[in-house]
Amino acid sequence: MTPVATPFFFYLLSGLAIAGGLLVITRRNAIHSALALIVTLLAIAGLYLMLYAPFVAGVQIIVYAGGIMVLFLFVIMLVSLERTAKERQFNRMWPVGLLAGCSLLALFMSVYAKGKGLFVERGPQLPESENTQQIGIMLYGEAGRMGQYTFAFEIASLLLLVAILGAVIMAKKRI
Amino acid sequence: MLDLLRSYLGSTLTPGQANNQLWALIYVLIIFAGVSVAVMTMNWVERKALAHFQVRLGPMRVGPHGLLQPIADAIKLLIKEDIIPSEADKFVFWIAPLIGLLASFTVYTVVPFGPSQAVSDMNIGILFMLGVSSLAVLGVVMAGWASNSHYPLIGALRSSAQMVSYEVAMGLAVVSAILMTSLHGLGLYGVSKFGDGTGTLSMIGIVQAQQEQHVWFLFKFFPLGFMAFGIFAIAMIAETNRAPFDLPEAESELTAGYHTEYSGLRWSLFMLAEYAAMIAVSSIAVTLWLGGWMRPFPNWLSGSAWDLVFSLFAGLTFVALAVIAFVGVVRMPRHSYFRVQTIGLAGFGLLLALIGILLLGIVIGAKVSHHDILNRTTEGMTNVYWFLFKVAVFMYLYIWYRATWPRYRFDQLMRVGWKVMLPVSLGVLIVTAIVGVILG
Amino acid sequence: MLSAKCQVLRLMVPVTTIHYLVVAAALFVLGVIGVLTRRNVVIVLMSIELILNAVNLNLVAFSRMWGGLHGQVFSIFVVVDAAAEAAVGLGILIAFFRNNETINVDEIDLLKW
Repeated sequence: MTPVATPFFFYLLSGLAIAGGLLVITRRNAIHSALALIVTLLAIAGLYLMLYAPFVAGVQIIVYAGGIMVLFLFVIMLVSLERTAKERQFNRMWPVGLLAGCSLLALFMSVYAKGKGLFVERGPQLPESENTQQIGIMLYGEAGRMGQYTFAFEIASLLLLVAILGAVIMAKKRI
Repeated sequence: MLDLLRSYLGSTLTPGQANNQLWALIYVLIIFAGVSVAVMTMNWVERKALAHFQVRLGPMRVGPHGLLQPIADAIKLLIKEDIIPSEADKFVFWIAPLIGLLASFTVYTVVPFGPSQAVSDMNIGILFMLGVSSLAVLGVVMAGWASNSHYPLIGALRSSAQMVSYEVAMGLAVVSAILMTSLHGLGLYGVSKFGDGTGTLSMIGIVQAQQEQHVWFLFKFFPLGFMAFGIFAIAMIAETNRAPFDLPEAESELTAGYHTEYSGLRWSLFMLAEYAAMIAVSSIAVTLWLGGWMRPFPNWLSGSAWDLVFSLFAGLTFVALAVIAFVGVVRMPRHSYFRVQTIGLAGFGLLLALIGILLLGIVIGAKVSHHDILNRTTEGMTNVYWFLFKVAVFMYLYIWYRATWPRYRFDQLMRVGWKVMLPVSLGVLIVTAIVGVILG
Repeated sequence: MLSAKCQVLRLMVPVTTIHYLVVAAALFVLGVIGVLTRRNVVIVLMSIELILNAVNLNLVAFSRMWGGLHGQVFSIFVVVDAAAEAAVGLGILIAFFRNNETINVDEIDLLKW
């Protein structure tokens, strides 16, 4: 199934993502930054869909845009003071930071320009309709064997347990 | 023009799969118009049904039996003054209802009205629905914050905490339904093995799995499907902030919660988003457990005669509504003040009767003449009708719950969400998996 | 010899892996600049999320290039990790804010006095 108008959607979504990223780092009001980050996350989910990764796109929308950003918004509401809206936004060394960022970007661009021939598509392209099943097989295993990433999956769930405990203890008023 | 029509009627794929952008756009417009009409109807039905539950009459003046009340309400809301609190964050205040509306309406892209009647059948359909409906929380939080006032903020925080808590139980119930798509077995404990046992996340695939396995997932592995459905049904009421979980927006508690400071058109956007979300989660419940577009008893009462009987239901419903309207006409007081209302009600009844006769005509014509297009239209109409019928039953249940049950206090609500729903849904998931492995 | 505009358009039309990598690099650099220059702790944490998303986009683009699904599985784990880190980081921020009433990174520079 050949996708329709791919360059148009690619430029639209990546334009949205980069514009959102710019707004995140330049807004004074933290809630506006959070809204811009939500736009960026949804645009990146769209880019994942274009890369034939529907499951990762779904996970991105549910976990990132629907979960983590709600957490960020709650915390912004909790810690937002009137005082912070009037203080200086960028710290004193901002030219250095900007320069470092731009040189990093120049480094990346030169790498991609020099190595243009390396990034050629190779390897079997799996059909998109079985994407979720294949990821499930890799994570959980099939036909009695463990999947390639089952151990990592279990460790990730342990990590989440530790994070929940840590966050609850950190944020409680009295331990 | 004609081969555009033919390109639609001749295909068995959804417009998304067939890459048919024009029909996808037409579907989107039909869905948008349909949901708006459904929300207005729901408004009227809610007021009348609540009134009758409380032994009073409800709106009677505006049209015959208050039928034009939603239109009057809409006009009133449109011409109201748009008040923005002085210290409010204008951009966020403006965008909050739009986020809620976006989240509620985007879900309809994957709702299956028939085997090829969905805007686009994504193969992660159910994941998409869960994700997008979790974006509604953002709209609520934004609305409460941007209003810059105590009651909306507390209402928004409570409402979003409630929505996030019940999303977890909802997700687990959905997972156990999806698990059932990949398990063989018939109704009460796997007497015979139907279906090929490939699991799927796509909404049309889930209904087709129910079709192949000859059982609605409500009745599969008997108490388990039912319990998963029960958990989803309770969680979806909490998710849409409706009674008995409507503390955040109850008038006597928090002066309407997160949408207190909104007036006129903005408030109507919130109301539209709420009702659209109700219809959307009801359609998820219908698709996952109640067999989607399948007519009742597809296997007990099978055969073309029973198919014909169940296809006649669509037309008969409209004819029955027309009969009720005519009974209302006969019972109107015979006074000159009521002349306009009587004529209006008679006209409405006539319109309903015409629609009913048209639908009956299509079915009978298909049966008599065996024309291909009429057959397909009958099939499509029957599928859409049964789907909408089941969703309408859910809507009525929503109103019934609101009239019957008292409100949960907020701490009781959170306790039920985390301490009761979550363990029960986990338990149902684990037991479903165990039963599936034992019987498989 | 094609004109400059034709050459740019020829580069634009088929969307290859490099296009996605460039977008990911741009997001990464924006995140780095955000971490280095902003004073508000919450915005610094959001810039870190931008960096993680750029990494994810890179992983998924390469997964498409190589044809296997390892990149996508890895990116799911990165999302899990980002969620855990955001939760703990915000918890620490709340604990700190309760004592010191400030959310500027410049002023959060003493553990205890």
